[in-house]
Amino acid sequence: MSQPSHDAAIGAAPHGAAPAAVEGAIAGASIGDRIYRVVTTAFAWVVPLLLGLIALEVVLAAWPAFRTFGVGFLTSSEWDEVRGVFGAAPMIYGTVVSSVLALVLATPLALGVAIFLSEFAPSWLRQPVAFLVDLLAAIPSVVYGLWGIFVLLPVLREKVMPFLATTLGLAHTPFFSGPAYGPSMLAAAVILAIMVLPYISAVSREVLMAVPRSQREAAMALGATKWEMIRDAVVPYARSGIVGGIILGLGRALGETMAVTMLIGNRHEISSSLFAPGYTLASVIANEFAEATSEAHTSALMACGAVLLAVTLAVNVIARWLVWQVSREGK
Amino acid sequence: MTDLASPRPTPQRPYVAVPVATPAAVSPNAAPVTVGAERIAVHHLDAFYGATRSVRDVNIAFHDGTVTAIIGPSGCGKSTLLRCLNRMHETIPGARTEGEVLLDGHDIYARGANPIQVRRRIGMVFQRPTPFPTMSIRDNVAAGFKGLGGDVPSRRELDEIVERSLQRAALWDEVKDRLKDSAIGLSGGQQQRLCIARALATNPRVLLLDEPTASLDPISTQRVEELVYELRGSVTVVIVTHNMQQAARVSNRTAFMLAGELVEVAPTSALFTTPKDPRTEAYITGRFG
Amino acid sequence: MSAPATVRPPRASGTQRAAAQRTARSLGRRRAVNVIMLGVMYVAALVAVLPLIFILWHLAREGASSISLDFFTKMPKPVGEAGGGMGNAIAGTLVLLGIASAIGLPIGIGAGLYLAEQRTARLATAVRFLSDVLNGLPSIVMGIFAWQFLVRPIGHFSAAAGGIALGAMMIPLVTRTTEEMIRLVPVSLREAALALGYTRWRTSLSIVLRTALPGIVTGALVAVARIAGETAPLLFTAFGNQFWSLSLDQPVSALPLQIFSYAISPYDEWHRLAWAGALVLIALVLIISLISRLVTRSRLGGGGD
Repeated sequence: MSQPSHDAAIGAAPHGAAPAAVEGAIAGASIGDRIYRVVTTAFAWVVPLLLGLIALEVVLAAWPAFRTFGVGFLTSSEWDEVRGVFGAAPMIYGTVVSSVLALVLATPLALGVAIFLSEFAPSWLRQPVAFLVDLLAAIPSVVYGLWGIFVLLPVLREKVMPFLATTLGLAHTPFFSGPAYGPSMLAAAVILAIMVLPYISAVSREVLMAVPRSQREAAMALGATKWEMIRDAVVPYARSGIVGGIILGLGRALGETMAVTMLIGNRHEISSSLFAPGYTLASVIANEFAEATSEAHTSALMACGAVLLAVTLAVNVIARWLVWQVSREGK
Repeated sequence: MTDLASPRPTPQRPYVAVPVATPAAVSPNAAPVTVGAERIAVHHLDAFYGATRSVRDVNIAFHDGTVTAIIGPSGCGKSTLLRCLNRMHETIPGARTEGEVLLDGHDIYARGANPIQVRRRIGMVFQRPTPFPTMSIRDNVAAGFKGLGGDVPSRRELDEIVERSLQRAALWDEVKDRLKDSAIGLSGGQQQRLCIARALATNPRVLLLDEPTASLDPISTQRVEELVYELRGSVTVVIVTHNMQQAARVSNRTAFMLAGELVEVAPTSALFTTPKDPRTEAYITGRFG
Repeated sequence: MSAPATVRPPRASGTQRAAAQRTARSLGRRRAVNVIMLGVMYVAALVAVLPLIFILWHLAREGASSISLDFFTKMPKPVGEAGGGMGNAIAGTLVLLGIASAIGLPIGIGAGLYLAEQRTARLATAVRFLSDVLNGLPSIVMGIFAWQFLVRPIGHFSAAAGGIALGAMMIPLVTRTTEEMIRLVPVSLREAALALGYTRWRTSLSIVLRTALPGIVTGALVAVARIAGETAPLLFTAFGNQFWSLSLDQPVSALPLQIFSYAISPYDEWHRLAWAGALVLIALVLIISLISRLVTRSRLGGGGD
């Protein structure tokens, strides 16, 4: 699209052949249009500038910690306010484990919902179910946390954890050992799974619906049952978009703060057991910010935020790119 | 599209009485309406979409008191030519023009010419009715004055203008009791006449109609055609149509376009009875298009 | 062993009968798989909806009894005393939402107008992509940003900083819904206005934006509902306040902050207030979601021309 021809509509003549000025009725230019365009363009620039400013400010806040601890900040698991030594390894571990576990729990369910809504659901059921699932995304994190503390934790402590450890006999494995307090990596993962489910299912549903009719009809014409059509034609076609949706869900899970802070137990230790408390990058900031008195402690918390920003930024760019590819092909 | 060439049910309608004008129709003494001064003159006009040239070196003039029909197969550039006459063509990204279009002797594409001023002097009606959904019937007709910013007529003046415009568009009797209602409630044909009233309200010297009946039923089409016929005395009308019968019924000059070129322009009766160009003859006898 | 994806027609050979039988048998099994998977999908949908139902049920059961006029008007009582409300937190949330909307709505709508009108410009593509990315950033990062950008230089926590953090979160949400809603307005309306001699800015504002307004208002409401429940950014900015404060340069309480601190407290009375606060928050979100659902549906259903 050539810019000059577009500008032509605003005032100047589109061809320079006859520069003879026009007098009388049809002369004049619209200043208003220029102002309007400048103003909307300025508003549009806010988005990239804001993103840049966010990155800059977060890095500035984290800078002292990075300068003091270097790469060791990412690998050390020592976190001692008194001695002023900080390492984020347990938080990075907790963030990754809780998020990945949440995805493992949420993905099959979210895909099931997406396929149900895009392929199987009778039309009278489609709208209400989609609405309810979308509503899960609208519930504030702090409400999930509240519900988690008073409803989910007792159920996990009294039913699920004993069932996993004793009934299934998994207590001797490193993943389900130790006492079942309640606040734990498992609790955080379960609440995160519920929270990211609507994101994964919404994106998946969108890309599944974008699969061209010809793909479905080709499979149907070959005599495939509906399920075979979905498995062999629809899902493979939408695969990269679905992966994008899962990564998007990962981005959400990595940065979720309040619900995780309220359920994960908040302890600076790496434990293989999912029954043990842990910490995430986001929850350590939320939990310790108010009590951080030293500059070093605050900066270490901000450094956790910077790591989180870098990771979620990368994850989001990848996810959006994947989803865009698919929806562009579909159209 | 319904075949409008079939016998008309109402022979007393004035415009049906002149189904095919005589060649003399353009000469001042014999014509049913006097042909006035040259209102728009197009010189060596080219129009482009990106690199595609869809109007090629067109020269044509439109006179007061005439209805000029532009016909041709789809994609021949007839709508594009029409949109060049009020600088609507350039609102499409990547579209541009070369050449001159003189409105009352002033080149509307000259440096310093303002498309806004040009469009205020030239009314336009599109294929599909485009009433503004958020406005009442009255506000739709008065909409042309809202965009002006400056000298807006008083409420009383505006009421008069609305009534006069709706009467000219033969819609007044149908809507006078519900001017405050949303324009969306009108039928398709009524909406299109509302758009004509809206275009007439600012008293333009030229009215451009881009296939105005393409989305209408036969009855509505007939009403719009009657309206166009009646307007010829007061405003210069240019109508794009792919329906040759419609061109024959409403116009007194017809231009035939093919592949972006203006093949022939002549009094309507002459073009349909004794076309000069073999391509025109091929088209009007139905050999292509 | 999975069922074959395609049915092979029985071959016209000596083994035709056997082949036909085999096909029939495998067809039966494939049909069974189809029915089973259909059932699995129904169960998945049910399981996905269950947490929502549980959460809503618990909120209603635990929270409803504590909701009274006092809850909306009174201040929190000290530990050990019954009663009291979250009046200051509710007022604080309203202040924060006001500031956020004053920042997020104009910028978001302006940027959305730009995206809808300069659809193919390179800046438009970048803004579209980056607002999606911005939208995916953790809200706690917004808090850190506002803390470093405003709280630290100024020297103390404030409602203004909290509102700005929330407003920054609103921008990408409003930008994208505005663009989507404007795109639903037919191009023919824009052309009709231009042909009437409207300037571009008048066409955009009084015709296009005006036509898309119901959708944009809904989108704005949804954005407000979403940030109304945000807690993490406020920990570093609005911080919370035990007292009445509507001053923009003082720390201010907010409903989600109060829910958080009450939920992790050891007192039953505060737990009750936390549930009630959560119920109020959810009611707000639910009502706005329902309104937006109805508005979007009537737009899609009744827009025939």
